[in-house]
Amino acid sequence: MSDKIVRKMLSRLEGYSFDEVPWVTPKPLSECRVAVVTTAGLNQEGNADWNPGDQGFTVLSGKKSDFTLGHYSPNFDRTGWVVDSNVVIPLDRLDEMAAEGKIGSVSDTHISFMGAQPDHTLETIRLDTGPAAAKILLEEEVDVVLLTPV
Amino acid sequence: MGTLASVFEQSGLATVAISIIREQIEATQPPRALHCEFPLGRPLGKPGDSVFQHQVLDAAFDLLKAESGPVLVDYPEEIDDNADAPLSCTIPPTDDSDKHPAEAEARGLLPVWRRSYEKYGRTTVGKVVTPEQVPEIVTLFARIADGEDWTSVGLPGDPTKLGADIKNFYEEASLSLSDGVPGARQAETWFVTQTKAGDVIQRARVALEKQEAGSYFTTYILPMTQVRNPEDDSNA
Repeated sequence: MSDKIVRKMLSRLEGYSFDEVPWVTPKPLSECRVAVVTTAGLNQEGNADWNPGDQGFTVLSGKKSDFTLGHYSPNFDRTGWVVDSNVVIPLDRLDEMAAEGKIGSVSDTHISFMGAQPDHTLETIRLDTGPAAAKILLEEEVDVVLLTPV
Repeated sequence: MGTLASVFEQSGLATVAISIIREQIEATQPPRALHCEFPLGRPLGKPGDSVFQHQVLDAAFDLLKAESGPVLVDYPEEIDDNADAPLSCTIPPTDDSDKHPAEAEARGLLPVWRRSYEKYGRTTVGKVVTPEQVPEIVTLFARIADGEDWTSVGLPGDPTKLGADIKNFYEEASLSLSDGVPGARQAETWFVTQTKAGDVIQRARVALEKQEAGSYFTTYILPMTQVRNPEDDSNA
């Protein structure tokens, strides 16, 4: 019931859309290298904190699983994350898909931003940190990005 | 999420976004989105259920077959949170008679929290303080709840982040006091409505409002759907 109330309140927030929907036609999925970009406010190396309005990003090594979730908002469940990080960043599931040949491979590098941004124009993400994060994934030869919110 | 997906797509990466607020995805129009009416915080739906998670991922990646966008598809299964059904947890008794009852409660939960951490290897406590420091922070909030000036009790950081550390500590401890994986928000409702520390944070939130500590502190110290005024309850 709580989520319905939160969703109703958040549905009224403004959003920024591009004039034209950008479009990339990917290779066959079985040949694609996949990375996750989450807005869960994840960190590594023990830092468990993000601040409201922070439009920066963190680079996550998929070779480790020592992620911390530091999103500032209290308005979502965290016990699912504690029990199984795949419910937010499904790296084990992607590894299994790669082993099955459904996807080509899993990137060693993933990215976290933080959602629930008070500035709906997301100017910093659009013009600076978003392209910078994309560049890191392109250098990792990533083809497809799966985005997961909380 | 929608705008971020478009930024990545514009940079040359094909994207698939899981959607949690449908109206926001409709407004921001990312190239491809799978709307999942799952509990907030659980975008893959079910912790510990790899079969279900694979089904969601298959549905998401299936959107890459579309030839043009925006594409917005609803996942056919919905999952509700369980905030209306708080966990049933028995808190172990402690012999801390010289402590505030809420601090004693938190001290009693420390070994329980450690069991959860050993089992899952993950914590969301640590924004400001360690789990071991949580009990003494509870007492600081109890002093605020009882009327002391919040700026002079010695809080070691942002009250909302300290409140989060306390709430997250209790939620994680509850994982070792209940059976199986709890439904979404069950531990949250248990903390806020069934524990002494939850009552302290609720009363401290009211005190912070009265002291005009700032709307950020009083808005984010507890989930918005858990906010209530204990004085109203006692007058009811």
